[in-house]
Formats: sequence, structure tokens, C-alpha cells
Amino acid sequence: MNARKPWIKPVLTAHKPGGMNKFGPARPQLHQAAFDGAALEPLLAQFGSPLFVVSEKRLRENARQLRRAFSTRWPKVRHGWSYKTHGMGAVCNALHQEGAWAEVVSELEYRKARALGVPGSRIIFNGPWKPDAILEQAMAEGAAIHLDHLDELYAAEAIARRLGRKVPVGLRLNFDTGYSEPWSRFGFNLETGAAMDAVRRIGASEWLQLNGLHSHIGTFVLDVRAYAQQARIMAGFMDAAEREIDCRIDYLDIGGGFASRNALQGIYLPPDQVVPGFDQYAEAITEALTEATRARSGQGKPLPVLVLETGRAVVDDAEVLLTRVVGGKHLPDGRRAAILDAGVNLLFTAYWYNHDVRPLRANAGMAEETVLFGPLCMNIDQLRASVMLPPLQVGEALCISPVGAYNNTQWLQFIHARPAVVMIMQDGRIETIRTAESLASLSGPECLPAELQTPFPEPSAR
Amino acid sequence: MEPQQPSHHRQTVALPDPATLKRLALSDSGFVFDPVSGNSFTANGSGLSILRLLQGGNTLDQVVASLGAEFEVTPSLAERDVIEFISQLRSAFK
Repeated sequence: MNARKPWIKPVLTAHKPGGMNKFGPARPQLHQAAFDGAALEPLLAQFGSPLFVVSEKRLRENARQLRRAFSTRWPKVRHGWSYKTHGMGAVCNALHQEGAWAEVVSELEYRKARALGVPGSRIIFNGPWKPDAILEQAMAEGAAIHLDHLDELYAAEAIARRLGRKVPVGLRLNFDTGYSEPWSRFGFNLETGAAMDAVRRIGASEWLQLNGLHSHIGTFVLDVRAYAQQARIMAGFMDAAEREIDCRIDYLDIGGGFASRNALQGIYLPPDQVVPGFDQYAEAITEALTEATRARSGQGKPLPVLVLETGRAVVDDAEVLLTRVVGGKHLPDGRRAAILDAGVNLLFTAYWYNHDVRPLRANAGMAEETVLFGPLCMNIDQLRASVMLPPLQVGEALCISPVGAYNNTQWLQFIHARPAVVMIMQDGRIETIRTAESLASLSGPECLPAELQTPFPEPSAR
Repeated sequence: MEPQQPSHHRQTVALPDPATLKRLALSDSGFVFDPVSGNSFTANGSGLSILRLLQGGNTLDQVVASLGAEFEVTPSLAERDVIEFISQLRSAFK
């Protein structure tokens, strides 16, 4: 009997010289059938494609590793969970259960944290716009307020006067570490003296008490020396502020920005070789802080609490996106293209990362340079400009990772409804943590005026 | 298996010039050499079968039928993949 061979799409690959490099000429054929112990194909069958999958265990382990790296090196450490990185209730509460405070940057996020059950006294309130009503609530509830500009300082002072008591506030600072691109749009600048002016203004206020300093030096910062320098500068400013006015700085908040194990576009080496671990960040930061606070310790002053707002490095690798191939073609330049049911509407971070993409099943056939397009009717909807993948049939499922940071907060409802998000619980159960959107999600908040309720009126009614 | 219905639009697919394809040296391992351009390629199993069928002057219908006998593939999927492959061949071998 003549058994027929399995069909693999025809491939013709041109041989190109110069493709070798010392890091290895070929990417091994990889696939990913499971994530955190859960088989992925059955999840797609149950919940539909595309699908976000979060690992509760990975999330908690990352938060514990962060805490361990710092608390073994500095006496008092606090983690504020960055809601803008992943604000879904299940994710936030898993991290709150690990001891993290809420770090919010808007009225909506503040209200979300309160609705989840976080007391105001465990909320860090950042951001350049805190409307009066929510600022007043946050101050009344004892949140850590980080003032961003002078107008906010005056608004906070007016609110404290209304509350009839002196309210502690923190100042957001910006400065040049010499190792990272300076972010000057948030907070008060050190080099121009604006930050010390704000300190003096608070010192002169009957209603405000300076008790903390905050700064955030950037995002995806790969050089740990930038954080060491940040810690030195903030510790120095803490001493200067305490000399300048009657205040005691209780905490130094160094913001976020630790890199995750994701491949930033334009960086040649793979993430495993360039991204520092939590221990490397912690070592650099606490060593600099210890040195910079030695005199302070000698004077018997308490050491400040070290506050971290690490978001990306905690959640990024705790989530994957599953997607299916819906079509394929060859581009005029010879490259193969696959069209997926997930695009930049769901994977906003594809604009700056080269995410890892793997088929769910071990796939026979030669890997070929492939462009991955999403389902949007937009030219910029491209998830990978070039990735080596085996031949892909329609319906083939792919796993994209890591996707935990910023995608579920910056995703767009554009053309397509947003899909479900499920969580693999610590005991292996699968729970939906956000249901898939539908037409009702889109039309629900809309209102149609009575005369616009019928799209095509009868001719006589015209 | 779906019936092998010849469809009129198949005649409109521009097959590569058999004379151009005939000059290619094909090895059983999938190595493809074009002596005119000097370029070399690697084809997988199905790609090699299609190249050989086209070198033999087969029509699209005949190529699809032969693939159906050799591989586990429906005529519609085979036809779709052959049409796409032919457009690659036109770019690669001129």
C-alpha cells in the first residue's frame, strides 16, 4: 500500500552568504505547548483565539524574588505595584497579597485600587494630574502623595488647609544620572534648583510636611550604574533638604524601569545576556545607598524606607498571548508573511519589542524568514518584521511572550473586540479574569438620539 | 477526498516557463542550483515535488492531482499552496 506523506507547505529558501555569526548560525526549532504547566491548545479550544494567559505562580514568584533581592540588602523595603503596567484586579490583588502597595497615576487608578480593597494609606499617588477631588480624598485617606509641579503643591496646600491638619507629602524629583536619558518632564528639577525651591516652599507651609522623595529615571534601564547614581543623588538631596528645612525624609522612592527579559528592538544581544537580574539591580542600588547614608547612620538618624515601583520586570514574563494564523502570503520581496488574529491592537509593545514567537506544536519543515501581521486594516499592524518560523498552516496556533507589561492596559478596541484573559491559578485551575468583549461592550455606552434610531427610513418618512 | 474538478480559472495561472525550470539542477536532498544566475536554494519535500512536476511540463491541474496522490492534502489546499509557490518561483528564476 502506498501511504501518502504528510503535507508541508512548499518552501524554497535562497542561500545567502554572510549569514553566519559567532553567536550561532541557526535558531533551534522551538515550540511551546504549555505555560506554567497548562497545555495551551485546550485553552484556545475552550476560550477561543486570541487569548491572554497569566500565570499566578510566576507573578508571585517574581514579586517574591524582587522583595528578597532588596530586603536581604536593605533594612526597610516597600514595593508599590504599578497599576499602569497591569491593572487587572486579579493581577493587582495577587501582588497586594504578596505585600505590595498600589502605585497609581490617575483618578481612575486610585479609585480602582480603593475598589479592590486597598486602603488609602497603602497607595502611592504619582502622575502629573491629580484632580482636586481625588487629591483631597487621597490626602484625607493618608496616601503617599508625590507632588509633580508647583500648581499641585499649591492645590495640596489649599486642600490640607480645608482638612484642617498638616498633611505629609513627597516631592517628585528629576535629574541627570549621567547613565540614562534624563526624564525632565515629571517632577522638580535638581540641577536648576527648582527642587530645593519646592522644599523651601513646603518648609514655609503651615499645612504641608515633606516626608518623602521620589524619582523615576526611565524605562527599560539596562545599566545598573544609573540606579546607583540615582540612589546617591537622592540620598544627597535628602540630607540637603533636612538641613534646609525642618523635616524628616521617611522614604526614598526610586520608581520603576527595571528591564524585563524581553528583546528590545535595536539591541543585538539576546535578553538573557543584557538584562540584569533583580540581584544585580539590588546590589548596585543598596551599595550606593549604604555608602551615601553612612554619615546619617553615624548620627543615629533612621535609614529611609527604599520604595520600588517595579512593574515590567515583575509581570512581563508572567503572561503570554496565544494567537492563530488566519492566512498567509509571500511578499514581493520574497519574504513569507503570516496574518494572525492578534495584532498591535492587543500587543502594543510590538512597537518596541521583538517578542518571542513559537508554534504550539512541534512543527516539521524548514524555518523560513517570516513577517507576522495582525488582523487590522492598517499598514503598521505588524507584530514581527522578521522571525524564523516553520511553515504555518491556517489555524496554526502561536505563543507570543513575554507580554505581561503594558499590553492589557494599552490595548485598543479598534475594529475587533478585545479577547478574554485567563489566569492559571497556583493550584492549576484556570479562571477567567476578564471576559472577552462583544458588540455590547462597544455599543453599550453609546446613545442613539430617537431620530437616528433607524438607519434607512422608509422613503415616505424622508 | 474532494472530487478533482478542473476549474476554468486554473488556466489563467501563469506557470513559470518550463524551459527556465528545466535548466535547474535538482538533487533528491532538495538542493536547487540555477546555472544561469549561479544562485542556489533549498526546497523542502513538497517544493521539490512541485518543481519536478513543473519541469515535466505538467499543467496546474496535473500538478495538483499528482500532489494529492503523493501527499495527504486536499485539492483546494494543494492548489492554493502551488499558486503561491509559483509566484515565488517566478521571482527566483527569471
